[in-house]
Amino acid sequence: MFLRKRAREGNEPSDATTASEPVSQTRALDPIEIPRGDVLETVLLSAGGPVELSTIDVESETIERLREVGIELVIPLIGQGELLGALYLGHRLSDQPYSTDDRRLLGNLASQVAPAMKVAQLVREQQTEAKERERIEQELKVAALIQQTLLPKELPSINGWNVDAFYRPARAVGGDFYDFIELDDHRLGVVIGDVTDKGVPAALVMATSRSMLRAAALQYNSPSEVLAAVNENLVPEIPPAMFVTCLYAIIDTESGEVVFANAGHNLPYVRTSEGVLELRATGMPLGLMPGMAYDERTHMLGAGDVMVLTSDGITEAHSPEGEMYGFSRLMGRVAKKTRDEDICNSLVGDLESWTGPGAEQEDDVTLVVIRRTTSASASADAFHTGEEALIEFTVASVEGNERVAIDKVSEAVGPLGFEGSRLEKLKTAVGETVMNAIEHGNDNNPELDVSIKVAVTPQRVTVRIVDNGGDKEIPDAATPDLEAKIAGEQTPRGWGLFLVEKMVDEVSTARENGHHIVELVMNREGEA
Amino acid sequence: MAGEEFSATVKRTEKGSVIELVGTVNRVAKEGMEAAYVEASRSAGEILLDFNGVDYINSTGIAVIVGVLAMARAEQRPVGAFGLTDHYKEVFEITRLADFMHIYEDTASVN
Repeated sequence: MFLRKRAREGNEPSDATTASEPVSQTRALDPIEIPRGDVLETVLLSAGGPVELSTIDVESETIERLREVGIELVIPLIGQGELLGALYLGHRLSDQPYSTDDRRLLGNLASQVAPAMKVAQLVREQQTEAKERERIEQELKVAALIQQTLLPKELPSINGWNVDAFYRPARAVGGDFYDFIELDDHRLGVVIGDVTDKGVPAALVMATSRSMLRAAALQYNSPSEVLAAVNENLVPEIPPAMFVTCLYAIIDTESGEVVFANAGHNLPYVRTSEGVLELRATGMPLGLMPGMAYDERTHMLGAGDVMVLTSDGITEAHSPEGEMYGFSRLMGRVAKKTRDEDICNSLVGDLESWTGPGAEQEDDVTLVVIRRTTSASASADAFHTGEEALIEFTVASVEGNERVAIDKVSEAVGPLGFEGSRLEKLKTAVGETVMNAIEHGNDNNPELDVSIKVAVTPQRVTVRIVDNGGDKEIPDAATPDLEAKIAGEQTPRGWGLFLVEKMVDEVSTARENGHHIVELVMNREGEA
Repeated sequence: MAGEEFSATVKRTEKGSVIELVGTVNRVAKEGMEAAYVEASRSAGEILLDFNGVDYINSTGIAVIVGVLAMARAEQRPVGAFGLTDHYKEVFEITRLADFMHIYEDTASVN
């Protein structure tokens, strides 16, 4: 008696063929498979029970082989309409033909064995799938670890600029990356890229590309030369059918000039006061073929301009109806100003509402947002000769941020030991000046920052507050006519400049390069 | 923004009304302050502004107080203030608000 299991996918070991006859009469036979679609399969499935080979009047290679090795009776093992295997029986030892009882017994045996075989088969398949899932999960963890290890841990902190980034890997971990490279004291290299493919292979190519970019960025001053050099180095290293899209830009943080080259990556958007524009430069993705040249373009970022770099995980995300997020929606979203101007948050929130709740992220989502808050000329002469810098910071032009400025200045001058009432006066003057800068200088535009610097000499403390309203006159601090205000003949407002003048020892104002500069001076004479 | 909350609660006293101010007195306080004044003015007598719960007053808050003084002047209503820190007492002096409202030295001196 032989038990032959149905042929399976892959190279699983076959079940042992078993002979129940006395040792002297057993023969070791090679397993005989019943190929899918063999006529014997059809015969056995339609019979549903034991079939004598001699009664089959159709021929197949399998039937022929069974006859050759002396098989007389085939008992199919059928589960859920599927042929799971078959028992092959040769001559009876008694040389008698198989009786009706024999066939019934064997049929009953087969009907009990088949379900158990089916269960065993399913368990084995599940175990195999579970092992494969575990292997994939482990691989994804490694890929995610590689990526996250290589992404910047901190964002650049540059006076007059606000840099933000967002990265969220897909479950399958794509090959997105971004990087900031400090080239010198006023030039910042910015990289955003995407490796085709996912998982560990993409992560390894990402790591290689990032290293090559860093090395080339320090060697060449031109973004097009950097991309060309990386391409040459990457072509022999990258696996077949993989490539890297990448945009590389060098930002001059003093002048606002952006020089960039693009190797097939999403175009960056720049939002200005007049709308949103695309920064176009052409070039083939990295790693495809040697000898590539890359366009190099230049753009000037003015105060308040925002540059947004993205990966295709945003533009190629789908709605539940299958519609892509697309470039026009992204462009529209970049154009939309929000009160807190958290563009990363705003874009990611919009993307999530587009893909719908609980949707699995299809690809990595990467965003880099670079905002020029003030021009460098306002901060270049931050401190006069002989002054010691105590603190230098900016606040966005949002009502209420004057309290943030007050707290920071107060904390900075605290150790100088100002007498309590003098400190309170300085705080009030700072609050009023910053409030004026937010409301009048920057027109409550949250894209524009107010720059605040505190400097000290042995004689005095100077708080320098700079906004972008240099095209407007600063009115004189006239003494308000309180009687007229209470009588309703004048607006009750108009106390800010008057208060500032009364609170500090000196106030000076200037307009320079499009900026208002207000200096509040508090003498230290007599202070502890 | 945190720290920008303001509330004004009216309490009756034997001599008039007290408006208890809490939080930040700035532009945002205008509506609450005016509503409190209207409610306080339903009773006769002096209206006192209690600044014990106020942590910050800026120039737009001074404008709000000027508005209250304008309302009080229109009905010849005396207005006073107490609970001011030394710094804000000085601000009230500099701005001459103190010329149009009695500034009590401290809370105890109100009674």
